[in-house]
Amino acid sequence: MYKIIEKYSLAPQIEFARIKAPMISKKAEPGQFLIVVACEKSERIPLTIADFDREEGSVSIVFQKMGKGTHKIADFKAGESFHAVLGPQGNPTEIEGEKNIVVIGGGIGVAPVYPIARKFHENGVHVTSIIGYRGKDFLFWDDKLAAVSNEMKITTNDGSVGHKGFVTDVLQQMIDNKEPIDRVIAIGPPIMMKAVADVTRPHGIATTVSLNSLMVCGMGMCGACRVTVGGEVKFTCMDGPEFDAHKVDFAELMQRLGMYKDLEKDAHDEYKGDSNE
Amino acid sequence: MSDRFTAIHMKEQPAEDRRKNFSEVPCGYTEEEAILEANRCLQCKNAPCIEGCPVAIDIRSFIGHLQKREFDKAINKIYEADILPCVTGRVCPQESQCQARCVLDKKGDAVSIGSLERYVADRDLDRRREALKDAPVDVSGKTKVAVIGSGPAGIACAADLNRYGYDVTIFEAFHKAGGVLTYGIPEFRLPKAIVDVEINSLVQTGVKLVPNALTGRSFTIDELMAEDYKAVFVGSGAGLPQFMNIPGENLNNVYSANEFLTRVNLMKAHRYPEYDTPVKHGKNCAVIGGGNVALDVARTAIRLGSEKVYLIYRRSQEEMPARHEEIRHALEEGMELLALTNPVAYHGDESGFLEKIECVKMELGEPDDSGRRRPIVKEGSNFFIEADVCVVSVGSTPNPLIAMTTPLLETTKWGTIKVDDNGMTTMPGVFAGGDIVTGAATVITAMGAGRTAAASMHEYIKKL
Repeated sequence: MYKIIEKYSLAPQIEFARIKAPMISKKAEPGQFLIVVACEKSERIPLTIADFDREEGSVSIVFQKMGKGTHKIADFKAGESFHAVLGPQGNPTEIEGEKNIVVIGGGIGVAPVYPIARKFHENGVHVTSIIGYRGKDFLFWDDKLAAVSNEMKITTNDGSVGHKGFVTDVLQQMIDNKEPIDRVIAIGPPIMMKAVADVTRPHGIATTVSLNSLMVCGMGMCGACRVTVGGEVKFTCMDGPEFDAHKVDFAELMQRLGMYKDLEKDAHDEYKGDSNE
Repeated sequence: MSDRFTAIHMKEQPAEDRRKNFSEVPCGYTEEEAILEANRCLQCKNAPCIEGCPVAIDIRSFIGHLQKREFDKAINKIYEADILPCVTGRVCPQESQCQARCVLDKKGDAVSIGSLERYVADRDLDRRREALKDAPVDVSGKTKVAVIGSGPAGIACAADLNRYGYDVTIFEAFHKAGGVLTYGIPEFRLPKAIVDVEINSLVQTGVKLVPNALTGRSFTIDELMAEDYKAVFVGSGAGLPQFMNIPGENLNNVYSANEFLTRVNLMKAHRYPEYDTPVKHGKNCAVIGGGNVALDVARTAIRLGSEKVYLIYRRSQEEMPARHEEIRHALEEGMELLALTNPVAYHGDESGFLEKIECVKMELGEPDDSGRRRPIVKEGSNFFIEADVCVVSVGSTPNPLIAMTTPLLETTKWGTIKVDDNGMTTMPGVFAGGDIVTGAATVITAMGAGRTAAASMHEYIKKL
């Protein structure tokens, strides 16, 4: 059993949980993910590692309440335990000699970007963070990220904080200003990651994205998470989750994310119906 | 009525009923049926059946005891060689192993050794369930050994190591133990309640089980060896699903057999929405492949409610590697066999969901390396099969993670781990067996390999 040490809401629909998992925290690195099974009848849900504390023996997740699965995880309270947590899965983010890095987090993607930024920052890399939210009420971890960034830029859709617009606007500006960028690492909704790739591609700026494919096993045995990268089929869980953004077939990724949309909605409506009774 | 040359066939659920449920198909023998069938055994002196068994169960003796209604003696005789007789009695291909060597097979029906094994083993289940109430055996202070994977190889290896007196820990990557017995073989062929008893019995003998532990990520084999573990057995199976690399294979509703079966068997998608994991079975479900796994998928799709289930296989029915019994069961249940057919592309709708499969007709040419006639494409024979779900079941290979993270472990060009005759790998103290060594094979050969390795590990540790 995996006991929840702490659990609270960070923003509307966005939840934080810190879980006791000594074996996982010992190995966890930025860029990796967990598979969480809330209770015996739950799905296996992949969630990126938002933080880890080897001394305490804990790992943290930040997730958005979307379907039945994530709502179920959200309904757990501190002191309760998850049925299963597997991890750390996937390959860690590697520092490849960069001097200037731009990390981009969109919405829920701000959470996994944080430990990545911290890792680069600790290694003396100049970190510029660009984080985008829907609006002021949805901000979270901007303070944490600021503490590990040399520069920090916030965008909101409605302009309630920072730049009004998208993370790509700010990125484009940096490129136009000829600011040095050795690599961009972007995590967020697929449409945002695709937009970032489109911005950096003409300039040949190395760009890494972390994909959020549907998964079942998370260990390379089922192939639910397969994606096409550079014309080759890859498993997100084993070969990723980080890939060269310029080679990812985003259209296919988004198509595959919609595979259970109809069923997901039914299950979600039913689940929320139950808990309202 | 029975004579010496006619087997007592186990009663089965009628095809019309079983199409709609996940209960077991063969119902098991009654005591009288079992005795009648056992009495057909000639008790041959040389017992050729035993040579046909990969773990050399003393078949003659156990059937001999059964003839005398000595049920306890019969089951204990089997346990000497096989700790999972409830499983092997159901899933072993007896017709090509023990029963193929039976003297009666030449003149009539072989003795139904598998059915008898199942009878004797099932009869012991209640006693074993009762025994599970006792506290687990304390193994603290004993020499520690590790087993990676809780499938047939790992279970067999762990059980023997436990008997030799070790403190055994099994590391399982999934949240539930059993390996292919849990995620792969469907409920209607192997009830999960039986797998649970097998796993719980093992735990009760003092074997420790650590789920959610993926070797290569959670820890490496080098790290295990650097801890207190004196030897490690790798029985991680052949879990990497193969695809055909044809256009459209990543369309929505194209599954690997592993994914489709895992969703149902491990995650209980057939009980969705009581369980959260969904699965699509489609109106028309096509399954690619001709092995036992392909048939497990096809028969699962029938039970989930597909109106049409096609099995697309590139050779003819004769060459299908699946057990004849499975093929018969599937055909009775309404599966349509499209032999000498091979998919070349998948076509989807505008949202990326599978609509139809483009296939070609095949014909058989000269025999290939496997001895089976090579399938050759009939040029220009392209045609379409309407299918909204497709499950690719063309085999699996070892997951490369363990080899990748264990520098001293040598592998073959197929990705399997190299071992010597004793099951030891190229890394001292690390042994391996089952599908990770042989490539995808059977439950019983994996169990045999697990036992061989356990014996070698015992010898190895004694010399340390």
